[in-house]
Amino acid sequence: MEKDCEVEVVMMYDKFEKNVEGVFFLKGKDFTNAGTASSELKTILGEIGINQSIIRRAAIAAFEAEMNVIIYTPAGMMHYSVTPEILKVVVEDMGPGIEDIELAMTEGYSTAPDYIREMGFGSGMGLPNIKKNTDEMKITSSPGEGTTLEFVINLKKE
Amino acid sequence: MMINEIKETLQAETLTGMPYTDFDIKGAYSADLMSDVLAFCNSELLLITALTNAQVIRTAEFADIRVIIFVQGKRPDIDAVALSEEKGILLLATRLPMFEVCGRLYGKGLRS
Amino acid sequence: MKLQKIIEGLALEVKTKTHDLTKEVTGGYASDLLSDVIANTKEGNVWVTIQTHINIVAVAALKELSGIILANGKVPDEDTLKKADDEGMPIMITTLPAFEVVGRLYTLGLRC
Repeated sequence: MEKDCEVEVVMMYDKFEKNVEGVFFLKGKDFTNAGTASSELKTILGEIGINQSIIRRAAIAAFEAEMNVIIYTPAGMMHYSVTPEILKVVVEDMGPGIEDIELAMTEGYSTAPDYIREMGFGSGMGLPNIKKNTDEMKITSSPGEGTTLEFVINLKKE
Repeated sequence: MMINEIKETLQAETLTGMPYTDFDIKGAYSADLMSDVLAFCNSELLLITALTNAQVIRTAEFADIRVIIFVQGKRPDIDAVALSEEKGILLLATRLPMFEVCGRLYGKGLRS
Repeated sequence: MKLQKIIEGLALEVKTKTHDLTKEVTGGYASDLLSDVIANTKEGNVWVTIQTHINIVAVAALKELSGIILANGKVPDEDTLKKADDEGMPIMITTLPAFEVVGRLYTLGLRC
């Protein structure tokens, strides 16, 4: 088992000549393309050679963040950067902002309208899901000024 | 549980054109809320849902879910089917309601 | 089948205080989509869901359902519980996933 991990890290370094970064633009209410950014990020992480279970966590966290932008805001950006140590994703939006971040983090708390719930979202599990799948998570927001959500996933095994 | 047995049990049909003889389902998870699916479903489980929008296919993509069955006669549009085929996710559809689908599969020994 | 039998059979925890547990359960329905529940449930059905929002009570009351079972460890919001008590709509909870809840109801003989 331990040997496998070593091999994996070596492989990662092999393909990792420099840091990888990029940005996706997200359009609010564009439900047809919702998930495209996270899908591309998933593909990129796969190409770099990152391990499947880490990719899964990253993809789930990115998708939840992406859906929040699509559902609640007119537009936003998802910036990602990968170093041999960490994956960092920063999602900034031009939305209404979050009044009470602690409340928003509560499982089951949601301000989503009914039509969003009927689409399978807005059940108040999105932010807790991001927290669960990442090693660090930070939200900066104030009403009227949009929201910046940042998360980090460690790529090196302890 | 093999796909053919699931199809027979639920009078279901496949919506995607890919082969499925190597799919072996270990359990099942039913939900219409995608965050819940992202949190609790995985590659060994069959996802049972009445939702058919593109985000369901995306959810399956990110949670590594390989098979979805749409209940209650619901059908995704052709774009969703195409996306699903691109991602290698097998789609099934049945006219039975979710309750009946879960009940019958549970009766066949599947668990969550 | 009486609701009380289901509560005992699945070891459900009853969260409401004002309700009638001797109600006859006519069948089961599983869904997290309110529109689906409004369209397809029958009077006396017990509803299995992971939705905890206050609107589930209004929907259940409108359709004269016999009760709501919240699966997968979900707990009702405070206002949901208050409205359920006002309406006399039983809410029960369990840590079992919805699939397992339905499977066990089905095994008890409940159908859609």
